[in-house]
Amino acid sequence: MSAATEDAVTEAPAVEAVPKRAMTLGLGTSLAVLAALVIAPLFVKNFIIFQMTMLLIYALAVLALNILTGGSGQFSLGQSAFYAVGAYTSAILMEHVGMNYALTLPIAGIICFAFGFVFGQPALRLSGVYLALATFALAVAMPQLLKLGFFEHWTGGVQGLVVTKPDAPFGLKMSQDMWLYYFTLAISIGIYVASVNLLRSRSGRAFMAIRDNEIAASAMGVNVALYKTLAFGVSAGITGIAGGLGAIAVQFVAPDGYTITLAISLFLGMVVGGVGWLPGSIVGSAFIIFVPNIAESISKGLSGAVFGVLLFIVIFLVPHGARQVAIVAQQLIGKLRKG
Amino acid sequence: MTQAQLAQGNAPLLAVRDVSVVFGGIVALNGVSFDMHKGAILGLIGPNGAGKTTLFNCLSRLYQPSSGDILMEGASILTRPPHRIAEIGIGRTFQNVALFPNLSVLDNVRVGCHARSSSDIISDSIRLAWVRRGEAEINKKVHEILAYLDLEDVAHTVVSGLPFGTQKRVELARALAADPKILLLDEPAGGLNHEEVYVLGDLIKRIRDQRHMTVLLVEHHMGLVMSIADHVVALNFGRKLAEGTPAQVQADPDVIKAYLGSKDQ
Repeated sequence: MSAATEDAVTEAPAVEAVPKRAMTLGLGTSLAVLAALVIAPLFVKNFIIFQMTMLLIYALAVLALNILTGGSGQFSLGQSAFYAVGAYTSAILMEHVGMNYALTLPIAGIICFAFGFVFGQPALRLSGVYLALATFALAVAMPQLLKLGFFEHWTGGVQGLVVTKPDAPFGLKMSQDMWLYYFTLAISIGIYVASVNLLRSRSGRAFMAIRDNEIAASAMGVNVALYKTLAFGVSAGITGIAGGLGAIAVQFVAPDGYTITLAISLFLGMVVGGVGWLPGSIVGSAFIIFVPNIAESISKGLSGAVFGVLLFIVIFLVPHGARQVAIVAQQLIGKLRKG
Repeated sequence: MTQAQLAQGNAPLLAVRDVSVVFGGIVALNGVSFDMHKGAILGLIGPNGAGKTTLFNCLSRLYQPSSGDILMEGASILTRPPHRIAEIGIGRTFQNVALFPNLSVLDNVRVGCHARSSSDIISDSIRLAWVRRGEAEINKKVHEILAYLDLEDVAHTVVSGLPFGTQKRVELARALAADPKILLLDEPAGGLNHEEVYVLGDLIKRIRDQRHMTVLLVEHHMGLVMSIADHVVALNFGRKLAEGTPAQVQADPDVIKAYLGSKDQ
């Protein structure tokens, strides 16, 4: 294999260097994960299927943040705002306009793309922690904006909106939860593949060039301002679709569901999954959905503290998140094959 | 006049006209003018703080001159934003290597093709046929350049793990990927050993001859400048001190004074 000869040449730095296709999984692993995601719901209860749907939805939101931070190097603690806009767009279109749920998602995506693109303009002047603070302000402001009396007719104010759960189409004999899971899975796969394509293309390389060195990127002809705002737009757009799916799955939108806590959770998910490693998004999502439950089962009164300790352990043991675990596993398998 | 100038007639490829740069009260460049002719290697020399890098940064549009103009093929470049300099054929390398450290050598050089290709995020996401064709063209070109600069063995390596000399070659490869008409090299010999400097000198000449480029070389290494430049401009305290063939500039009493000091001081 070519990998073996390469190892011989670059033995020393091989440990430090990121493996070639670090952004994605190999074909075999991808298919195995896909098969597990397709088959698993056939054997579990509806509540677990619902949780798996949420797993995919948050994975999309983490993926979106990963494109922004891992791809273009911009921080955001404001993803909950984009998620909220997506959720409300879907909910309002379904309940007030009577639009089909599936059609509301691209609209949520487009609206959030525009929102992110516009928000990216002032963010151009900020970087690093300052950008994180600006986006933080957006996340803090969003629940209050949604409660405003001015929008109340549409948003339902503090009460929020109840969303009808869709039935499986074409007379399929499938529970609503199961149908929604497969619907979400199909969208997630589509967005994942598109994101991988994007990051491997000329636009994606421009994002990463900006992340690594803005002045050099500009000297190579990359319009830094344009690509930074595009990254914000793409990230917000995907987050908006996730938000719309979330509204449909949860059947309810309310301002207090989209607080800064959500934004921080998504940030956490990205770090646990591995910044810049797209497949890690689902691991990060699993962490933010299931670990709080585990913490609660260990101690009801101190669940927050237990969660903190678990998080600390993960970050201490694998600072690069799931990506690091994957790299170690890959090396182990490689050794076993050689041996 | 140099041979290159005689061969090409007198229309300069790049003309620096009376350029001044003032930072606060400090005059970093004071009315500097010179021409670059097609196919020449122009050496820009001067002691530390002479204004070499300032001038360089004006050419790549990182600094805005306070007065004067810079013309590329007769058109001013000063109305262009920095990211639209590569497309008119001005490519550069950086003094302390400014690569994209987390990207592979291949991807670094592919970014170099940015100005010579086009795409949009939607087409890229769904990998339309024309995007795939564009990527294939980029790959072909990048591999040709990597072969030219003997970088194929490290094509898939992340650049931050490479030795400094190799990183400098990657930076050169990235600049070549944009097919520049003028290649701006900011101290390419910095950090290289004696032998490497000679190899570099040959490489720069080879690039000029085989890839038909014009080279502006900012360099401290006198040996390199004097051996490969056709034409030399010497700066000191932001002013042009002397201009001419390497031999003329080397013999210029003002240049000697600037570098070695004079008895009066």
